Formats: sequence, C-alpha cells, structure tokens
Amino acid sequence: MEKAVEEIFQDKIDKEIRIEPRDWMPEKYRQTLIRQISQHAHSEIVGMLPEGNWITRAPNLRRKAILLAKVQDEAGHGLYLYSAAETLGISRDEMYEQLHSGKAKYSSIFNYPTLSWADIGAIGWLVDGAAIMNQVPLCRNSFGPYARAMVRVCKEESFHQRQGFEILLTLSRGTEAQRDMAQDALNRWWWPSVMMFGPKDDESQNTIQSMRWKIKRFTNDELRQKFVDICAEQVKILGLTIPDKDLVWNEATNHYDFGAINWDEFWEVVKGNGPCNKERLDTRKKAWEEGAWVREAATAYAEKRKKNSH
Amino acid sequence: MTDKQHEWPLWEIFIRSRQGLDHKHVGSLHAVDAAMAIENARDVYTRRMEGVSIWVVESKNIHASNPDDAAELYDPANDKAYRHPTFYNLPDELKHM
Repeated sequence: MEKAVEEIFQDKIDKEIRIEPRDWMPEKYRQTLIRQISQHAHSEIVGMLPEGNWITRAPNLRRKAILLAKVQDEAGHGLYLYSAAETLGISRDEMYEQLHSGKAKYSSIFNYPTLSWADIGAIGWLVDGAAIMNQVPLCRNSFGPYARAMVRVCKEESFHQRQGFEILLTLSRGTEAQRDMAQDALNRWWWPSVMMFGPKDDESQNTIQSMRWKIKRFTNDELRQKFVDICAEQVKILGLTIPDKDLVWNEATNHYDFGAINWDEFWEVVKGNGPCNKERLDTRKKAWEEGAWVREAATAYAEKRKKNSH
Repeated sequence: MTDKQHEWPLWEIFIRSRQGLDHKHVGSLHAVDAAMAIENARDVYTRRMEGVSIWVVESKNIHASNPDDAAELYDPANDKAYRHPTFYNLPDELKHM
C-alpha cells in the first residue's frame, strides 16, 4: 500500500504536477521541505540585520529610502516562506524556537559583518545575485506553496541586485578612496558569496533525492559555476578585480576556472564560529523577547474588542 | 507540534489586482483580528501596486474538498466532451458561430 502511493507520488512529480499541502507525500519529502523552507525563511529574516546596520548611515535620502524598501522586502520574503512552511504542519512559533535555539540554520553569509557602505552594494550585487541564482529554479519547485512564494520573491529580488550594483558602480566612478572602498567590499564578500551555493556536489548528501523530488533543479556546483561566469563579466563594468588569481576563462569548457574554496572557513561558519553568528542570534532573540509585550497587548486588545462587539 | 495557543490566528489573504478582476488567493499571515490582517496584508502583499482591494478570511473558516476524493469528483467530466464547443464537427463554410 505504502509502496503504491509512493509510486503515484513520484509519478506526479515526474509529470510536473505540483504537490499541494493536503496531498499525500512521503514523510521525508515533508521533512526535507520543512527544513529547507524554514531555513530559507530564517535567512531572509536574519538577512535584514547586516543591512539594517546601514539604514541610519545611508549616504543620502534616496539611498536610505531604497535600503528601507529592500529590508522591508526581506521581511516580506521571510513571511511568504514561513507561511509556505506552515502548510506542511509546522507552527510559526516552532520555527522561531528552532532558529533561536540554534537548531535551525540560516545562510552563513549573514554571519559576516557590514563594515562600510560599499558592503551594502556588494551584498546587493553578490549575495542577492547568488540568492537569485538559487531562487529562480525554485519557482518550479514541486511543492506548490513554496513555488508560488518563490515567484513573488524573485519578482521583488531583481531590484535588490540592481540597486547593489548601482551603489558599487557609483563608488567605482568616484574618488580613489571610494574605489578602494568598493574593492575592499568585493574582496571580503566574494568568497563567502561563492560559498553560498553550499558544499561541493560530491559532499552534498541531500542533492540526489532532492533532484528526484524536484525540490532542487540544479546542483550546487552547476549554480556556482553559473554565478562565477556571470560575475566575472559584470565586474569588468565596475573596473574592480575579483580576488581570485586563478580566475581565468577556459576556452575548452566555455566557463571560467576559479580557485580553491576555503571549505574549512565554510564549515566553521556553519558550525557557529563565524564573525557574527552570536551577534545575529542575540539580536533576533532580543527582538523576539522584547516584542512579547506587544504581541500580548494586541491579543488582549482584540479579545476586548470582540467582547464589546457582542 | 508545539502549542499553538499563543500564536495569533492564521488568515488567508485574497487580493483584487484591479477593478473588474476577481479576488485571488495570494498567501496567508498571522494577525489578532480582521482589521490587523488587512493592515498587514496591505504591507506584505501590495507594496508594488498589486492590489486595489483585500479580503481576509480566517483560515479555520475555509472548508476544502478532500484531495483523496478527486477521482470521484472530477473524473466524471472526462467523458463529456460534448459540453465543449469543439466537439461539434461543422462545415467550414458555416460563419459567425
């Protein structure tokens, strides 16, 4: 019996029929999606912190309004994704609990500090660029609510990348100090961005099953290569240098070759030992705890209003 | 699953993108009451002029058909192609029909 339903399920996936929340699904499919979608949601929420750092110090009103809008978008993206995960039977509070206790992960990139205004440009260009690379195929994900959430996210994300590139372009055409600032940001954000695609294919245990279930459409290394190829061209417009001496066009493969990734650093940050892991989680927990009275007051007010209306 | 007692209720959000079109389901969010659900839906789902009207319905009030019944419910329509205009084979010279 179990076998038969699993075959029907896989058959639907193979035929590109989306799975909806109340359809039968293997428990492992459900758990994989809960993990992936909630981690994705957490990344959007924690991702607001490094950028929020610069809202009050944006160089002018135009930049400030844009950055505010971008950070607000990230909150929205987190919300779309939490809602999609909730359709699989996990509660919002449980997801928050997993984030705050450290049980759930979020994208390691947000554990790096934003030291200068140019970092906001680098995040938009590289971090959002890498995110888009990952997210566009997710719009065709086999789970309906996740795919629909990703369509909304992708529509909004493209302005994020463009505004980041524009910041770097402006700096790169500015004074020497401004160009140095842009190059410094690129130097610090390049490798963590390349790592955003996750472990190498032969070390990524979940890839094969996720590809079969069409939770994933491309492997980590395929997407990483695509990202490097695109950035290696885009950087020319900025007149900056990608900090990789091994980055070179390969006529035979029709791709850029690039240098070795420091996987020790990657795993250290995943394990919680990045420059800002503790700071990010502490900020999240503080916001949640200090907002408790607001949530309680809103509940009490709604109850009072309900009582009075009867 | 954890205790959902403390969570604000879940609401399903429907947006009319412009006058003349149906309200369409866009997602869900948590809010204490309908007024807050509408305010939050405005911030979350209409930041880029996606809507001119919002409906919110508390999720617990939505009743849905069971996906397991799909065959009984929808398959009977499969063999009734005569309900579609293309079923009828008419001469090409017939105009305006």
